[in-house]
Amino acid sequence: MTDSDRHIAARAADAYLQLHELGKRYGEVPAVDAVSLDIRRGEIFCLLGASGSGKTTLLRLLAGFETPDTGRVLLDDEDITAVPPYRRPLNMMFQSYALFPHLSVERNVAFGLEQEQLTRGEIMRRVGEILEVVRMGALARRKPHQLSGGQRQRVALARALVKRPKLLLLDEPLAALDRKLREHTQFELLNIQQELGVTFVVVTHDQEEAMTLATRIGVMDHGRIVQVGTPREIYQQPLTRFVAGFIGSVNLLEGRVLERQADRAQLHCDELPVPLLVPWPAGAGAPGATGAAAAGVSAAGVGAALWVALRPEQLRLSRARPEQPYNWAQGVIREVAYRGDLSVYLVRLPGGRELRATLANSGAGSAAVELTRDVPVYLCWEADSAVVGSD
Amino acid sequence: MTGGRPRLWELLERRGRALVSGIPLGWLSLFFLIPFLIVLKISFSEARLAMPPYAPLLVRTGAHTLAIHMHLENYRLLASDPLYLDSLLYSLRVAAGSTLCCLLLGYPMALAIARAHPARRHLLLMAIILPFWTSFLLRVYAWIGLLQDNGVINHLLLSLHLIHQPLVMVNTTFAVYVGIVYSYLPFMVLPLYANLEKHDATLLEAAADLGARPWRAFCRITLPLSGPGIMAGVLLVFIPAVGEFVIPSLLGPANQLMIGRVVSNEFFENRDWPTASALAIVLLLLLLAPIVLLQRYRRRELASA
Amino acid sequence: MNARRALLLPSALALGYAFLYLPIVSLIVFSFNASRLVTVWDAAHSPTLRWYVELLHNDQILSAARLSLGIATLNATAAVILGTAAGFALARFGRFRGRGLLSALTTAPLVMPEIITGLSLLLLFISMQQLLGWPARRGAATITLAHISFSVSYVAIVVQARLAGFDHSLEEAALDLGARPAQVFRRITLPLIAPALLSGWLLSFTLSWDDVVISQFVAGPGSSTLPMVIFSKVRLGVSPDVNALATLLITLVAAGVVGSTLWLQRREQRRGSEMRQAVTEE
Repeated sequence: MTDSDRHIAARAADAYLQLHELGKRYGEVPAVDAVSLDIRRGEIFCLLGASGSGKTTLLRLLAGFETPDTGRVLLDDEDITAVPPYRRPLNMMFQSYALFPHLSVERNVAFGLEQEQLTRGEIMRRVGEILEVVRMGALARRKPHQLSGGQRQRVALARALVKRPKLLLLDEPLAALDRKLREHTQFELLNIQQELGVTFVVVTHDQEEAMTLATRIGVMDHGRIVQVGTPREIYQQPLTRFVAGFIGSVNLLEGRVLERQADRAQLHCDELPVPLLVPWPAGAGAPGATGAAAAGVSAAGVGAALWVALRPEQLRLSRARPEQPYNWAQGVIREVAYRGDLSVYLVRLPGGRELRATLANSGAGSAAVELTRDVPVYLCWEADSAVVGSD
Repeated sequence: MTGGRPRLWELLERRGRALVSGIPLGWLSLFFLIPFLIVLKISFSEARLAMPPYAPLLVRTGAHTLAIHMHLENYRLLASDPLYLDSLLYSLRVAAGSTLCCLLLGYPMALAIARAHPARRHLLLMAIILPFWTSFLLRVYAWIGLLQDNGVINHLLLSLHLIHQPLVMVNTTFAVYVGIVYSYLPFMVLPLYANLEKHDATLLEAAADLGARPWRAFCRITLPLSGPGIMAGVLLVFIPAVGEFVIPSLLGPANQLMIGRVVSNEFFENRDWPTASALAIVLLLLLLAPIVLLQRYRRRELASA
Repeated sequence: MNARRALLLPSALALGYAFLYLPIVSLIVFSFNASRLVTVWDAAHSPTLRWYVELLHNDQILSAARLSLGIATLNATAAVILGTAAGFALARFGRFRGRGLLSALTTAPLVMPEIITGLSLLLLFISMQQLLGWPARRGAATITLAHISFSVSYVAIVVQARLAGFDHSLEEAALDLGARPAQVFRRITLPLIAPALLSGWLLSFTLSWDDVVISQFVAGPGSSTLPMVIFSKVRLGVSPDVNALATLLITLVAAGVVGSTLWLQRREQRRGSEMRQAVTEE
């Protein structure tokens, strides 16, 4: 049994929703480009990407509003690729909520159940139940225009959940809410998901939202899924330059391999006075190797060009020159931005390059007093905090 | 979800789609496209004294041969007889003049409504639309009573001693202008209002802040921005005004006919169907450019809605 | 200087409204005038309802009104059905065969000079008579067909605009909740476009009720609609019973339009305050 066979067998075992080589073109432009993906039962899977990355098209392919040009969709081992939307055992919550303006809250929620052969009493019972879950029981007789944004969102959720779908698709579920409400609703959404045990597929462009909600994230770019992983993996081990730059803020440096050691490597970077020491992935197949990018790095020989990503919160600032013979830079503070819980520093290196560092404002802030504009400083970091890639 | 019923539904729905678009398409083809092609055909036929009063276009000349008699004489007649040319030019002139008057009257009205208090706009707009819902014919008729020699206006002017002889206003080109401006004013005001209402009031404040006096701000900001609205209003008045039939019949001079009336006379009184058809085609060709412009504007409006 | 400028627009507006309404007012006033010379006020015997009474006994006008009412009702109903289908197809079907033609044919009648529409329809009916033997004679049927053919466009435009104005995702949501396309149309689309259907119906009714030019082309002997009767009467000059008729019609329409506008406005205001209230409740 080869490696990839074992991989596919492992996929099939716990995959609930499977996408095989799913593709959709609009004219010449591929909106979704041969996407293969497995989503597990009970998880919250976030499709994260900028607008135009194809995430919404992918969601509409799952809902059945678009038909794929290539590929298949399997839900619970049943091929639903050709099933029309009104017969798919999954439901969707729309970004605009799409509440029927001429029907009351109650009738909106009952709409889906009325399409099934259920008695009036059964419908009313289930509508009442789900409205209690989303805490909208008291407003059951209102019309959508008599509701606030947050209330509409809860009705839309109830309407999609009342049919007890195998899978719930959520298109930018929090985008229409204002900032304060959004955080509260995020946690509420998590509670409801856990209570009902429904699998969620969420589309969002908001990385914070994806980080909070998701058990796993799929990052999309140009119609492809570029990385799948837990929020922690995506943030701490981005596989590509794009993912590193898209999630959170990052300092990207370019370097060439000087010397390889067992689990480390030294790189030369034009902008630094000392070499870069970075963690070096072991050979492919060994634990710790994560996918193609890591494999690309481990194959790179002396002289190969690589990128190195450093998160701003991993950089330390000091007035004194660090003692370690690697992983530091010297520069002048260009800007300081106070953000309450933390401060952001922009440090200009002699070559003109600017690095971003963030420092928590916890203590009395004696450091902050010293670190002001135009002060010369040193930046340093641990070897393990850097991520390397070869793309 | 098994069994025969869902499949039957699907079939019906696929057919349903074709029916939904096909039935109106068929209807409009039968009652709009084909009639127009008939007019086109007859415009190339030779007139004769028979029923129908024109010669067929396709003539079977042998067992397997057909001859097409394309008769261009009707169009040549239109070009050579000054009667037709005159009435065409007269129609265009009257339509252009009354469109201009409509614009000059309608623009300040639309602007005033757009700048009125939002709560009052509804009412003001309704007052513009209201006459449109009432009979066009009766509203034109009302002007006969106002304009005629012993009419209201002449009575008023005589009693004020402003004139000593009644003014002859009815059955003149002036009356046609009045009738057209009066009837089509809502068509000018509404698109202008729709445009002006969307203008951002802060633009004028910015202009004032930069030192522009109100009149200059109007000329440099409001007027250029209302271009599309002016375009739509002008076209909406001009196009129907050229082919206007009722207004010149009731208020216009007897010796100067607009083109619509000439078409009708050729058809009903002279029974010259080919000439009437050729005139209709020429009229349509003249209006083609403005119609295309208007359609383009409509499509843009629909796309932005 | 500023005060003068501030008065400029309102006075233009007042002038415009005077221009729009004075003829209608004079029409109404002189309908109560006793003199047959419509525009000379006979102070001794006026106001009088004499012309209204005469109107009630004018069989020509009454039967023409009945004919027009029938034609307009039939026309509006048929136009709403056909126009809704056309508008729905144009707004919701995406690309389909014949879309370009349908789109052109729904907008062309709006800009076609009436005289050409009338002429071409008459020639169509004559050709049909020669080829199919139907319609044997022109009259109410041909007038109705002609009216439907141009009213369809107005309804299609109104419906298309309304559909363009509301979110496509409402219909998708209904599909997603298990409703089949036909049910989606009946339960979601139709209620939402109902206002457009109503205004389309009223518009079609009015267009038919007012039409002279096209009716004159396609009518036959003995089938005169109300506008045709009025037209032939007023071509000969003013006549007081037409004033009475005009007053009745205008009052009726004005009451309807004003009433419905005020109702809509009130509804809009209530909706607005409910929405504001919902936001503050949170």
